[in-house]
Amino acid sequence: MLKNARVVGLGARLIGIGLALAFVALILLATGAPPFQAISLLITGAFGSTRKIVDVIATAVPLLLATSGLLITFAAGLWNIGIEGQITLGAIFTVGALRLFVDSGAPPGVAILVGMVAGMIGGGLWAALAGLLKIYGGVNEIFSGLGLNFVATSATIWLIFGPWRRPGVGSMSGTEPLPPEFALPQLPDMRISAWAVVLSLLGVALVYILLRGTYIGLKLKATGRNARASFVLGIPTSRYTLVAFVLCGLLAGLAGAVQVTAVYNRLIPSISSGYGFLGLLVAMLINYQVIWAIPVALFYAALIVGSIQLPIQLRLDSSLAGVLQGALVLFVLIIDGVRQRLRERG
Amino acid sequence: MRKLTLLLVLVLLAALALSPAAAQDDAFVIGLLMVGPYNDNGWSQAHYDAVVYVTENLENTQMIYLDRVNPADRQGTTPDQLAEELLDQGADMIIFNSDDMKDGATTFATNHPEIPVIHASGDQRWEEGENFVDLPNLGNAFPGMEWTKLVAGCAAAMTTETGKIGYLGPLINDETRRLTASAFLGAQYCWTEKRGMEAADLEFRVDWIGFWFNIPGVTADPTLVSDNFYNNGYDVVISGIDTTEGLVQANAAAEAGATVFNVAYDYDLACEIAPDVCLGSAVFNWRPMYLAEITEMQAGTWTPKFLWPQPDYANYDDVTMNSTYFIPGTALSEEAAAALEELKSELAGGLDLWAGPINLQDGTPYIADGETATLEQLWYLPQLLEGMDGQSVPE
Repeated sequence: MLKNARVVGLGARLIGIGLALAFVALILLATGAPPFQAISLLITGAFGSTRKIVDVIATAVPLLLATSGLLITFAAGLWNIGIEGQITLGAIFTVGALRLFVDSGAPPGVAILVGMVAGMIGGGLWAALAGLLKIYGGVNEIFSGLGLNFVATSATIWLIFGPWRRPGVGSMSGTEPLPPEFALPQLPDMRISAWAVVLSLLGVALVYILLRGTYIGLKLKATGRNARASFVLGIPTSRYTLVAFVLCGLLAGLAGAVQVTAVYNRLIPSISSGYGFLGLLVAMLINYQVIWAIPVALFYAALIVGSIQLPIQLRLDSSLAGVLQGALVLFVLIIDGVRQRLRERG
Repeated sequence: MRKLTLLLVLVLLAALALSPAAAQDDAFVIGLLMVGPYNDNGWSQAHYDAVVYVTENLENTQMIYLDRVNPADRQGTTPDQLAEELLDQGADMIIFNSDDMKDGATTFATNHPEIPVIHASGDQRWEEGENFVDLPNLGNAFPGMEWTKLVAGCAAAMTTETGKIGYLGPLINDETRRLTASAFLGAQYCWTEKRGMEAADLEFRVDWIGFWFNIPGVTADPTLVSDNFYNNGYDVVISGIDTTEGLVQANAAAEAGATVFNVAYDYDLACEIAPDVCLGSAVFNWRPMYLAEITEMQAGTWTPKFLWPQPDYANYDDVTMNSTYFIPGTALSEEAAAALEELKSELAGGLDLWAGPINLQDGTPYIADGETATLEQLWYLPQLLEGMDGQSVPE
């Protein structure tokens, strides 16, 4: 019975994916572009060479960290829209910590470690703020999250154009780059850090264990399912709400730290690269099941990397990948909704 | 689960079979990375048109390009990564077209020593410069806009009725400081020498937006900055950004009854957007440099160079020879046009407006009386000049 339900669930998901692809194909046809070629370019653009596969994995790292964090807040019934700001604060804290080590003579490994921890703290604090506003201020986390995202962006822009600017330069391009030894070591001839990959996998594993096999995870889920009932049954729901925010913020902050130490080596205006919002899509698409986070995050990363070939070869805008990413979630949710309706009638 | 894997593999194979072939085997493929849209009527389009020109005038060459290469438009990517995407499609050389790609260009050139790289607007190849990087495959190119901006400044000074000239600045760095200062020196020269006015009666104000073009929510909005100039008595604005907001807003203000003008930038056809308010365009013509460099690359004889050619006054209107020039616009008065011609012949005859005494904005003497700026002093101008309003360095 359970297995049957799984098969039906998977089938429904495949229908959703098929509809999303058909939708994108229709858009392409309407604009006079060849849909099959475009979709095949997305795939070859992502998997056509070792370098590209490596780029896909590297892109999936921060996305996976953000997704893992969001699975915790979703489990607790929270819409953590503020994740973008939490990634950004993570990046700011990481850059700030690493700047302290410039010319300090400390081993780079220590600096990087402190930078990463600082990033997690930054993300955790920013998330805690959203949590406290919800618990003590009665502010819905969606509104506070949006607000905190704006504040985080403003802080970034201020730092870039102000205290952390390149000497003599006033450019929104980014801050003074950090010394190259403060970047995570990369694999030879590849743009990827094994450390970053390991961290993201650890993040997923931790969330899997937390939600599957721990008492805390159970209480988080209980809070998410029905906060009032949980409270009545003796679960301190406020505390668990805050715990969910902080745990998500730690992982989001780590994603920001990875953006700094593995990709940009400085602070740039869009340091989060939109991975927070994308993580929301991934979490919804996998129906909040941790185990699917890795393949789906890889798939979304593949769309990002593969889409670069669209403007080069077909003169199509890369934002098509974004359309596909959004459409996938939309259609899968629609199919879910339809199933729900049918079940209620049946 | 196994079926799903099989299905995935099949889809992948089908995609590989369907994917279009990479660039033709024997052609020399020029890879161009542009910071803005290829059709921006400004900085990026000037590069795009130049590379198209190369492919039309050099046999067996073709172009592949990627535009909007900036962290706002291509989140999560870096310029060196995007250059490798062009490499995958068969690029035999790469042009990085923006100051913003300096680190990316150097990284890419280091990682791919066999691929010739031109970084437009950098100074990594300048042995006398402050940022020399000795890579065998990284060259620089930048038309001598410093001299063309003198003429652009003159066009503004010959036209303004209020004596207030605005400069729509991009971000602040060595390049933008010296270009803005050149426009000021040209304006001051024509204001005093051609119009016989007092230097003190000329206001010259720079407002910076923070990047080469508008990034909503990140930079100041160039539309608003332009409007602010036009609404506050600055009847001529000289554009220094990659895009055309200064011109578009001048047109809007003129249609509302104001008498305002814009001096366009970057692109030879920029004035066509709003000819009634366009005093002309200070043009980057990348054609001759790119043709010469790519010809050598194709022949295998290329060596990296630091190219910073001054205007070729003997062949001023010849786009096959001259890398930078000022095209007068239809809005320019006859008197102003005549003054510009006069200035050009004076410059051709050896007039140097970067002659002392020149003080920096804070009053520090920079070029002594009787001396002229060296190329290094010009390139690495540390502040705006005395007499200019606006930020020299970010605060």
